[in-house]
Formats: sequence, C-alpha cells, structure tokens
Amino acid sequence: MTSGLQSLDRDNFAAVSRPEAPAGLPRLLGGLLAGPTSLSEHIVRYGRLPSLGSDRSPSRALIELVDRSGLRGRGGASFPTALKLAAVAGQQGSAIVVGNGTEGEPASSKDKVLLARSPHLVLDGAVVAARAVGAAEAIIVCHPAVRELVDLAIRERRKAEIDSVRLRAVNAAERFVAGEASAVVHWLERGIPTPTRTPPRLAERGLHGRPTLVQNVETLAHLALIARYGASWYREVGTDAESGSMLVTLLGAVHRPGVYEVAIGTRISEVLGEGGGAVGKPQALLLGGYFGSWVGYDEAVERPFSHAGLAQLGAGPGAGLLAVLPCDACGLVETARVARYLASESAGQCGPCVFGLPALAGELESLASGRPFDRARLERWLGQVDGRGACRHPDGVVRMVRSALVVFGAELERHGRGRCCAPRTTEILPVPGAVR
Amino acid sequence: MKTRVRIRVDPIACDGRGLCAELLPELISLDDWGYPIIRDVDVPAELVREALEVVRVCPKLALRLEAIRQS
Repeated sequence: MTSGLQSLDRDNFAAVSRPEAPAGLPRLLGGLLAGPTSLSEHIVRYGRLPSLGSDRSPSRALIELVDRSGLRGRGGASFPTALKLAAVAGQQGSAIVVGNGTEGEPASSKDKVLLARSPHLVLDGAVVAARAVGAAEAIIVCHPAVRELVDLAIRERRKAEIDSVRLRAVNAAERFVAGEASAVVHWLERGIPTPTRTPPRLAERGLHGRPTLVQNVETLAHLALIARYGASWYREVGTDAESGSMLVTLLGAVHRPGVYEVAIGTRISEVLGEGGGAVGKPQALLLGGYFGSWVGYDEAVERPFSHAGLAQLGAGPGAGLLAVLPCDACGLVETARVARYLASESAGQCGPCVFGLPALAGELESLASGRPFDRARLERWLGQVDGRGACRHPDGVVRMVRSALVVFGAELERHGRGRCCAPRTTEILPVPGAVR
Repeated sequence: MKTRVRIRVDPIACDGRGLCAELLPELISLDDWGYPIIRDVDVPAELVREALEVVRVCPKLALRLEAIRQS
C-alpha cells in the first residue's frame, strides 16, 4: 500500500482489498476488449474505489493526496488539479462537479475513446472529485457519440448501489468553443454553448451560482486511479515535474492513426511509434491541438512529449494531439483551412474575435493560394487579436498561426513567388462540415 | 500605500462605440475594427478622474476600474 493511502487511512478512509495496482502502461485504456468495460469487468481489473466516507464536507486528505500525485488537468491547460479542487472546496454553498467530455476539437478523439472504453473509470473519478470538494452531485457532459454508453454505465452503477454521489450524463454541444469551461456551464444552465465573462470564477459562482468544479474527463479517470493506488504509484510513470500517463490522438501521416496512452515525457518518435510510426519523411507536426503549435519534424521528433520538453520549441502537449504533416502537403494551406474553421467557430461575442479571426483567415487564404498578401498587416492583426476575447479562443488561433509563419517560412517565400511545394490536396487536419 | 487601478473592458459587453478612446486617448486606442485596446499600465494619478468619467459614460457599461492587489 502506498503512502498516499496510508494518510487517507488516518482520516478513516477504509482500505479495501483490491487487485494489484497496474504496473506500467496502459493505465486508463487497459483491457483486451475493444468495447466498453462493464462494471463487473471494471471492478475485476481495478477493484472497487476505497470507501471515501459519507461525510458531505470537503476532504482535505483527498486533496492533499491529489497534490502529492502531481496530477495536472488533461483538457489542455495543464492546471494543477489539487489547486482547482481546493478552490472549489474552500467555498460556501453546495458544490457541484462537471466532467467535461465535450471534446469540441475535431481532430481529437481521446475523450470519446476514454468514455467509450472506460466509462466507469471516469465515473469513479467524478465520485472522487465530488468527495474532495464536498459535492453530492456530478454531471458528465459527453459527446453525443458516446452518451448512450455513459448512460448505460450510470444505470449499472445505480443498480449496484455503489455510489453516494448522484451521477448523470448530458449531451455536449457540438461546437469548438463549447468545451471551454465557462461555455460548458453556460450550456448546462441555459442551453447556450458560449463562454461567459470572468469574474466570477466558476469555483466561486458557477452552475446556478454554485461552486463548480469543471474537470476534463481524462483528469477524472486519473483521479480514480490515484484514489485507489496512491500518489507514489501515480508518480512511477511520467517525469518528476509532470507525473503520470496521458492519452494522445495521433493523426495525419502515421500508419495507425488513433488514440494511445503514453507516459508524459515519452520521446515523440516513440509516441508516433505507438501508431506504427510516421509514414515517409514528415515535414512538421502540429502539437497540442488546433490551439497548439507547429514545429519542424526534425527538431521535435526526439524531444520528450511534455511541457518541459517542448517549451524551447514554443510548443506544449496541450490536450494530447499530434498531427503529422507529410512532406507532400502544404502547411500554409492546412493552417489557412483550420484558421477559417476556427474563425467560423467564434462564439460571436467579442469584437476582436468576430472581426479579427475572419480577417486573419482571409489573409492566410491569400497567402495559401499564392495571391498577394500583406505580411505586415497580418502581423498587426495577430497582435490586435491576441488576448482580446473573454475566452482564449482568439489567443489559441494566434498561437497556431504564428508558429506556422515560423515553421513554414521557406514555403511562405515560395508562395510569395506564386509557387507551392505541395502536390497533395488531401486534407490532413479535419474540419467538420462545409466551412464558409 | 496608494491604490493602483487599471481600466478593464468586458469584451462581450463592448460594442465598439469608441467613445472611450476619444475621451481618453492616453490610455485607450482602437484596433482595426474599432474595439478598444487598453494600455497595459496602471492609471496614472492625474488621469483617474478621466478614467472614472470614461467608465461612467460607456454606452454599453463595458468598462470598469479594477484595483490591483498589492503584493
């Protein structure tokens, strides 16, 4: 038994016998079955959650355990989970937990795959989070594609009467910005999937004015494991500064695109190896997501996939996306198409985002198609859009576009002369539906 | 210690009327689409009165003065 759980025992958390803690990976996506794990299979594999007590007040011991584990949020921002739990636990009023499985990013699949394959791990995590902050209720907001599976899992648990926390699932709105934490709460409260202004912070006044914890569903799944096996077990994988495993979505020029689980800090070449390795000789990678950064393939491929490993390149693991751009595709064309999509996905609330993103996208489309474009104007607009919204949507677009202008600098010059290196017209980065 | 204050804009409420930049060009300029860019500095003592006036007259009530916590 680990030190983390011993400390919990002192606070009258009953230890229960359970299977051996999984050594190595996978932790989250284990099991030989491709389909969803039933409650009984789940308990055979992981055992039951330790009794977390029936007390309705926040659990300092549990939050300290999470703090020792070093867990950080897996929704993209990498915020320390213990701090977030403590912020909600410190409030007056009846707290509520929201598991965020919106995954509005069209290139990412990890939350959908997790909910489809290990729904009970996420639900366990929601129970743990609820106990940590003193909530009696948790809502899992999930992509409609996996909603039925989550409902099924919740029904299994009700029948087995294993939870002291009320669980329910709700369909997420299918929009890019809908996954932003305040947009999730706005969606639940009023059916409008747009971000709202801060302050107030959600931890203080969130859903229906209650202290609200919004946590990515993968983060919840990690919480379920930490509550069972403790902090030092959790730290056996990953780096000292960035502990644990993470789910990644591989797409583009890899042999087997899909969702994989890797230790944080795994070299990018090995991460791609999970998907059978890169096809041919790629030119660049988009890391983190559509709000992430382009990096040159050669300079990135032997780096650790972690914040520390990628900071020098101005990139980060974000929500775990690795898109591989083959040598015969054009990074500027890809960037312009994604920028247009992201412009169309603005919530339409803040002027600089409403007007600035389409302006940026138009300029990038000129560049991508070899029409005249104004570099100075593009740079000015990037500066005028950055940090000017109520949410980080415009900032994310600016980050991605700026990295493209650096990484595809040589291509940019060729386009200036009316040429493009890419024979390929296939789209590497998916954007849903017809985009304006 | 004196209170430090900054002008904050609620970008959702802001409609780009531009009154603020006209009244307080020392601290507020407009972007290419007419929305206010607030300079990233504390409001100097001699402009606090003007800053309060700008907050008061914004037709969308999108501006406020925020006290910066002293560390």
